[in-house]
Amino acid sequence: MRDLPEAPPLAVEDLTISHRGRPILDGVSFALNRGELCGLIGANGSGKTTLLRAILGLARPDGGQIRFGGGRRGRIGYLPQKVHVDAYMPLRARDVVALGLDGHRIGLPLPSAQRQARVAAALDAVSAEGFADQRVGTLSGGQQQRVFIAHALVRAPDVLLLDEPLASLDPSIAAEIAALLRRISQQMGIAVLLSAHEVNTLVPVMDKVIYLANRHAVAGPVAEVIRSDVLSRLYGHHIDVLNVHGRILVVTAPDAGAGTAHVTLLP
Amino acid sequence: MSFLIQSGFLQSGPVQHALIVGGIAAVVAAVVGVPTLIRGQAFASDALAHVSTAGGALAPLIGVNALTGFVLMALAAGGMLEAVPVRDRAERDLLTGIVLGAGLGLAALFLSLGVTLPGASGATVGVLFGSVFLLGADDLVPALTAGGLALVLLMAFLRPILLAALDPDLARVSGVRLRLTGAVHLACLTLAVGLAAMTVGAILSTALIVTPAATAIALTARPGQSLLVAAGLGLAGTWGGLLIAYDSYVWTNGHAWPASFCIVTALCVLHFGLTGGLSLLRHLRGGKVRR
Ligand SMILES: Nc1ncnc2c1ncn2[C@@H]1O[C@H](COP(=O)(O)OP(=O)(O)OP(=O)(O)O)[C@@H](O)[C@H]1O
Ligand SMILES: [Mg+2]
Repeated sequence: MRDLPEAPPLAVEDLTISHRGRPILDGVSFALNRGELCGLIGANGSGKTTLLRAILGLARPDGGQIRFGGGRRGRIGYLPQKVHVDAYMPLRARDVVALGLDGHRIGLPLPSAQRQARVAAALDAVSAEGFADQRVGTLSGGQQQRVFIAHALVRAPDVLLLDEPLASLDPSIAAEIAALLRRISQQMGIAVLLSAHEVNTLVPVMDKVIYLANRHAVAGPVAEVIRSDVLSRLYGHHIDVLNVHGRILVVTAPDAGAGTAHVTLLP
Repeated sequence: MSFLIQSGFLQSGPVQHALIVGGIAAVVAAVVGVPTLIRGQAFASDALAHVSTAGGALAPLIGVNALTGFVLMALAAGGMLEAVPVRDRAERDLLTGIVLGAGLGLAALFLSLGVTLPGASGATVGVLFGSVFLLGADDLVPALTAGGLALVLLMAFLRPILLAALDPDLARVSGVRLRLTGAVHLACLTLAVGLAAMTVGAILSTALIVTPAATAIALTARPGQSLLVAAGLGLAGTWGGLLIAYDSYVWTNGHAWPASFCIVTALCVLHFGLTGGLSLLRHLRGGKVRR
């Protein structure tokens, strides 16, 4: 396979971002290694999308550094938070994946066996062969999610950024996709960063977690971050992390004000 | 057969020119129509078509040919649509409506000047509803050039256009230059509008762009195939319409139907016939949708 690079494929240091003068993120740092899956957890509006867009170069940070293993922002696969495909669009799942491979190229797409094979391999990696020839717009949410993951994978990225890939999926499909991402990151040696406002589904598959709240982030292995002292410091008021029958329960104090933290069940 | 194809159809010079120039316009308009619909720009293309009326009306006043007039005015309107930043489709539709209104105002002015100025040609009906049987040999080269340019550009940029239509951020991340891609599509669209306006007039040119493309994307789920199907349908509708228009002269004892009416009707019949037939077929197969 590929040579193991010395540097982690993605390292973010002291990142600060604001929107029209309003600070959104302040001093965010973390690093992702090959084959690692990292959850980016935060409530609505906490800056998950903003962070991912900065990594992608779609938003300009005010300060800090974003470094890639290859040296430049080369191979990043991306799944936006919402991609709306109308049902009438004449694009099969297969075509969407092919656009991930060479959609940026100018010139007539010549039929090539190698191109077809790579598209088929990506569809296979997400178990989407069964609906590869259907119009994307007519697929279910979970099926579309698989297709867009294949779209992001087909160029063999070093880093895969997924913005809330599990939102709008029912719990069993969400768990299925989470397991699929786990398998992909390990088998292909890809650093996967996916955002979610619900940590439940991700705990069994995450290596690392980044919690965003009040413009700040704590990042690290799950066991080091999802702890009462760490989360209390981040949210600025007391938060309990309980162990109930082998499940973890994150509970905020009732007088802490609504919306500052959320109650989260961890299996 | 002789009822369907009245004598002299293929031998007539005006018919030959109409078939060739109309055919080029039909193919280009239909092919450009597919990505236009995929980008959700049916309304924008309609607006460009209508605004080009002003160009068609201005052309005889300043002594340029009609195609140049149509294309330049559509380009001006399209340039405005691209230049003014919009956040989403709804906002773009608002802007499109404003540009459309302004363009139609200019069209009213130039059409009126075309009637009132001394030595004016008064080509109002031709500008609005086309005069395909008045096209001549000197229209061939401009039509071929404009059509060829539009097709080459469109095919070259087809993948970036599709990717940008899917999701602009996704396209940017994979290295698509969105502004360039949008500008190229717009250039193709204005050329298509100009060619279509030459054939069926500025008011009806939308039909040549939207109708066959809409039929095609209903019939096939493959992007490449949809371009071919749209081109075939556009050609069939246009040639069929020209034939009916020619025949109607005989059928109605000289009160011939306008070619633009015949072409647009043929395209619509094809659309509803084929998409309706497809639905019926799916229904008969027990509601199982195959794509
Ligand atoms: N283009 C923008 N201009 C101004 N403010 C913005 C812009 N985009 C986002 N914001 C603000 O930045 C903050 C973070 O938004 P962001 O979309 O990153 O949150 P998020 O964590 O992804 O939320 P969600 O879970 O709802 O997707 C929000 O307060 C939002 O209002
Ligand atoms: Mg978001």
